Amino acid sequence: MSVKTYDAGVKEYRDMYWTPDYVPLDTDLLACFKCTGQPGVPREEVAAAVAAESSTGTWSTVWSELLTDLEYYKGRAYRIEDVPGDSESFYAFIAYPIDLFEEGSVVNVLTSLVGNVFGFKALRHLRLEDLRFPIAYIKTCGGPPAGIQLERDRLNKYGRPLLGATIKPKLGLSAKNYGRAVYECLRGGLDMTKDDENVNSQPFMRWRDRFEFVGEAIQKAQQETGERKGHYLNVTAATPEEMYKRAEFAKEVGSPIMMHDFLTGGFTANTGLANWCRENGMLLHIHRAMHAVIDRHPKHGIHFRVLAKCLRLSGGDHLHTGTVVGKLEGDRASTLGFVDQLRESFVPEDRSRGVFFDQDWGSMPGVFAVASGGIHVWHMPALVTIFGDDSMLQFGGGTQGHPWGNAAGAAANRVALEASVKARNEGREIEKEARDILAEAAKHSPELAIAMETWKEIKFEFDTVDKLDVG
Amino acid sequence: MPFQSTVGDYQTKQTLETFGFLPPMSQQEIYDQIAYIIAQGWTPAIEHVHPTKSMDDYWTMWKLPFFGETDLGNVAAELEACHRAYPDHHVRMTGYDNYTQSQGSCFVVFEGRA
Repeated sequence: MSVKTYDAGVKEYRDMYWTPDYVPLDTDLLACFKCTGQPGVPREEVAAAVAAESSTGTWSTVWSELLTDLEYYKGRAYRIEDVPGDSESFYAFIAYPIDLFEEGSVVNVLTSLVGNVFGFKALRHLRLEDLRFPIAYIKTCGGPPAGIQLERDRLNKYGRPLLGATIKPKLGLSAKNYGRAVYECLRGGLDMTKDDENVNSQPFMRWRDRFEFVGEAIQKAQQETGERKGHYLNVTAATPEEMYKRAEFAKEVGSPIMMHDFLTGGFTANTGLANWCRENGMLLHIHRAMHAVIDRHPKHGIHFRVLAKCLRLSGGDHLHTGTVVGKLEGDRASTLGFVDQLRESFVPEDRSRGVFFDQDWGSMPGVFAVASGGIHVWHMPALVTIFGDDSMLQFGGGTQGHPWGNAAGAAANRVALEASVKARNEGREIEKEARDILAEAAKHSPELAIAMETWKEIKFEFDTVDKLDVG
Repeated sequence: MPFQSTVGDYQTKQTLETFGFLPPMSQQEIYDQIAYIIAQGWTPAIEHVHPTKSMDDYWTMWKLPFFGETDLGNVAAELEACHRAYPDHHVRMTGYDNYTQSQGSCFVVFEGRA
């Protein structure tokens, strides 16, 4: 064994943290960062600095390093790659030993990996593109309270995407009027409705009153339609204690599901709530308010595929993923890349979808992908093709903006959805034949015919800001 | 034209989940859905229930799921046989997916009368 001596001072990071010969272990947590260094700083030094600052290192050697085996605990930059079409940035691949992280805590993983290092001066920009969680770590996380399979069984929804809507206007309705809007959507054929992300407990509608009226709306719609219904009661609150209080009452009024804003609420709150839901037989819908602050800039921040992976580990049964076709940002290939991470048990590396690592999810239950925002009946065939059956399609304006009101709007969407699924099963190319399929279905549904007329001109065609890196 | 005259009155429907909002399927359309189930590698199965019990998790199985069945005609004949034996019951077709332990497809073929 070599004898080490204490040599005070500042060393180059790459002496210790750049290890191009390293072969990552199956138990290592792997990260891919897109790095943009300050001019003149060599790539290896930048990559090594990121590895050091996100694991064991600090700027100066300290004597107490010699009390442990830093060779075991350090993060290692093991590969550097060019970013296609971008000469100033590069990808740095870093391997972290599993013992750097507390079991079952994505909080601890994120605090380490995207902690201080993002403010590091040798970097101009830094973006965490992807993470590979080792299966050994995944087995320590609770994951979705129910998962796709159990949710389908509880709600009796098979062979198609689920259909929902966010209640509008998002703010300002009284509890009774809000419950009316929910009831109308559900009786018209939606499976579930949703509180908007910023609906918590404002002066015009306190949470308890909303829960009571919505509970009645759900029960009534179930009795009248013969189908199972739900409404995501948003329990996001200022403190975890308050959140649990609201969760208890959501269960009491008979909703099968509640919701949480996982980024503004935070991963600690989310993991706790997911555990509560698992113990209480409740489903958990997750909204991603604030995500674009973190994930939209192509050179700085955290890609949403990482946030999505973290959510699956922290726990949630639904997660918003963007729509690809609606009013909010979302590139198709990239979206499919993280939709896979939510639902599959194994996702292979696929750079064409921005997936940098093989990811084995083992027995972790799947999360429904939620497409919501600026979508309407004309988008239905495309949405069914893009998202497949294990998705939740949410039409807010596209339901409640119907000239006859919410119930007719809901029916129009339900008819369009079922016609699209039926045609797909018959082997038709439903994206190409969208017009024919919808027109055919509208012959039996005046509600759909009117919806098609109302939204025929609306498109959202702006170029995506955050694109996949291609040459 | 007054506003009221352009607005329709939407009447709540009793429906039976997937495909409940489409018109009743023709024989050919039912065959197409069964063909889809078989093409996915799922197991066709038939269940029935009296309409007053339609919201129960468990409907009564008609025989056993048809493991390994690939003939559309046989499945269709079983649907008919189940309907003849229980003319007042709902009869549904399911495509059982043993990989996900879920139903890849599920829709009511014959509606019973309460």
